Amino acid sequence: MTTPLLSLRGLTKAYPGVVANDDVSLEIGRGEIHALLGENGAGKSTLVKMIYGLVKPDSGAMEFSGASFAPQDPRTARAGGVGMVFQHFSLFDALTVAENIALGMENAPAMSQLAARIREVSESYGLPLSPDRIVGDLSAGEQQRVEIIRCLLQDPKLLIMDEPTSVLTPQEVSILFETLNKLRSEGTAILYISHKLEEIRTLCDAATILRLGKVVGTCVPAETTARDMAEMMVGTTLKTPQRSGATAGEVILELNKLSLPPASAFGMPLREVSLRLRKGEILGIGGVAGNGQDELLGALSGETRANAGMIEYKGLDMASMGPNARREIGLLSAPEERLGHAAAPDMSLIENAMLTGAAREGLVKGGILNWSAARAFADQIIEAFDVRTPSAGNAARSLSGGNLQKFVIGREVLQRPDVFVVNQPTWGVDASAAAAIRQALLDLAESGAALIVISQDLDELMEISDRFAALNEGRLSQPRPAIGLSVDEIGLMMGGAHDEEVTHG
Amino acid sequence: MIRFEKRPQPSQMFSIATPLLAVVTTMFFGGLLFAVLGKDPVQSIVTIFWEPLFGEFAFYYRPQLLIKGAPLVLIAIGLALGFKAGIWNIGAEGQYIMGAIFGAGVGLAFYPTESVFIFPLMILAGAFGGWLWATIPAVLKIKFGTNEILVSLMLVYVAEQFLASMSLGLLKNPEGFGFPGSRNLQQYDSAHNADIIAGSGMHWGVVAALIAVIFAYVLLARHSLGFAIRVTGEAPRAARFGGVNPSRLILFCLGVSGMLAGLAGMFEVAGPAGQITIDFNVGYGFTAIIVAFLGRLHPIGIMLAGLLMALTYIGGDIAQSQLQLPAAAIQVFQGMLLFFLLAFDLLTNYRVRIGSNEVAT
Repeated sequence: MTTPLLSLRGLTKAYPGVVANDDVSLEIGRGEIHALLGENGAGKSTLVKMIYGLVKPDSGAMEFSGASFAPQDPRTARAGGVGMVFQHFSLFDALTVAENIALGMENAPAMSQLAARIREVSESYGLPLSPDRIVGDLSAGEQQRVEIIRCLLQDPKLLIMDEPTSVLTPQEVSILFETLNKLRSEGTAILYISHKLEEIRTLCDAATILRLGKVVGTCVPAETTARDMAEMMVGTTLKTPQRSGATAGEVILELNKLSLPPASAFGMPLREVSLRLRKGEILGIGGVAGNGQDELLGALSGETRANAGMIEYKGLDMASMGPNARREIGLLSAPEERLGHAAAPDMSLIENAMLTGAAREGLVKGGILNWSAARAFADQIIEAFDVRTPSAGNAARSLSGGNLQKFVIGREVLQRPDVFVVNQPTWGVDASAAAAIRQALLDLAESGAALIVISQDLDELMEISDRFAALNEGRLSQPRPAIGLSVDEIGLMMGGAHDEEVTHG
Repeated sequence: MIRFEKRPQPSQMFSIATPLLAVVTTMFFGGLLFAVLGKDPVQSIVTIFWEPLFGEFAFYYRPQLLIKGAPLVLIAIGLALGFKAGIWNIGAEGQYIMGAIFGAGVGLAFYPTESVFIFPLMILAGAFGGWLWATIPAVLKIKFGTNEILVSLMLVYVAEQFLASMSLGLLKNPEGFGFPGSRNLQQYDSAHNADIIAGSGMHWGVVAALIAVIFAYVLLARHSLGFAIRVTGEAPRAARFGGVNPSRLILFCLGVSGMLAGLAGMFEVAGPAGQITIDFNVGYGFTAIIVAFLGRLHPIGIMLAGLLMALTYIGGDIAQSQLQLPAAAIQVFQGMLLFFLLAFDLLTNYRVRIGSNEVAT
């Protein structure tokens, strides 16, 4: 047996109050795609940051290519042959692809030479990308290619990828996987972080599962079911959300060619979005991030106003109503960004309960706020949705992502909406909280409310939606029954079926 | 190595302690400054802080505390409402001037008629003048997205020119032997903002300041408008999601702060100052910014901070005349107060960690 490319032995890293990594050991061989699995807060990020030189371990040792490896900073890690593609890109919108790549290099060659190398690498790995394009005009998938090519130009022996597929369409995912497979065949090792279990099963050779900073298991993904891996991650048996197939009722919300100009220079316009939503149904809306999701939620919540006749609710023209007028007649919403949009980070949960609950929960009379009623409402949310917090007086930002999300969803669900619009209900939320939130959404539909669930998690949408539609460049595809939709069909809907680059003939 | 670590939530203790800490530190470093200038540091500090309240001539200085504190508090309360919402009215000085001109103008228009309706009319006019001047940056911001900091600040200089023009032209005292400046309103009973209790310094501006404090307190703690202000300052997107109309909030915050600054100017011109002159304004509008922050943008805090600021003004004057401290040193001393307050403010949201040099995640 050959020596592994990278071996970690007993890595431990503690932060005040929490042990992020506790005695973590793992080995990655040359040409191996190794999955790192775990819920949020399991310690995946800390582990890869130690390998990439961003964080120094408290104890333990690393070996790379048989030699001791202790990078002081990312630069030494890169020099040693480790590359990393982050989940959030660090690119300048206003610069070209080549300029962005040159900025990240130690000693960048002349621009013409660099452009030629970018073309060469992008062709040989099947990642079509023109070096002269402005990054702000690229799709998320193309921006990721910039990051990947930036790494590949350094000829890494180990490539770390943090949730690379969260911003991609299924077609873009398959392009990425071809690239990763090609890298594998050339002997490059890949450490692949994801929580999409099906992906890991098709792509990865081995998996290490972390829970609360400790390695709780390893497996060969192809031989393990997604459910087993999920249960190893969570440490308990998972409940699959239950629903009974209720029949949809009358139309309650209707969008008629809803169009909005973009809010900013790099914003997305909405283009003639039409749909009819019926009582008791869940309409799932998929799509790659940045294709009009935020804009659609804003138009429905009332944060941005549409023209007369574009939004009809219970037969009422709602286009000119503000958020609170819409809440009063039963249309509630929950935006994607928890901190700063759905909730004010530095304000208490009581104040955040007041934020959207004032009108419907009778927390305000003649402009005078009733704080004790707001506290009671906050307590009620915390109780009903199992929000873990010392008290309702704690600031929103002191809660973990999952707990705050439960609070935000619970705050709206408990106000008994007739129509509930939610964007990314379980984004960045651990598996058990996600299951609880999905169940709450299903229960809400069961009780007769109509839901629009916007999400980039296709598994989630397939699990809870009655009908499915996709946003692409601000256009909404024709909604179709979710049952029986194939991944290819979904991918075509998400890609708008007009500008997909097929490169792996 | 010293690092700052963000607290999971703002520290209650430090948000109350930082103003006190800032005052004490200012006393220390101010004393050091005075010592370098060759004055007895302890005596200087005592002169500034003790003399006006409990010294030999306290009977004269105590009313001054109210006279100087009231306009500061009145203006700072209005500014704080805007600052809390992230709406930065820096031009209270201009609104103060305009309030004085409008208020005095209405009063002088009736001269020499005596009537109980004149003073209330002047109050309305003063409020209107300040409101008008602050609404200009508000409307420009809403319509064209201009920066209210720049526009409101520039309008101060416009107001100053306007003030000069008024005291040399339209409002000039016809019996003033050609000297610039209006008639003295102290000598016009219907328009005079006299002490309610003679010699106490307690004029109608003080009453207005107290009402403003209570009004702002109730607004921020119990009213949905005050809640809208706070949420907008904390998280503008969340406020919008919560149904706050940003344009209306800009109009309200700038309008109210302008109105209160205008009122302060009107009470000043009809009372302690007495007349419109070229150098009528003495910087209350700018000092009120310090007062607003020193008081943590909290109404009660602002009231205390206004009195403290007035104390350093009066004490500073005494120190200048008794100890021959240069005026610039007093200004540095007042500047230190804001500097240390902002510096210590960090402790409310961050805690200091002294330890190993590591990279935080």
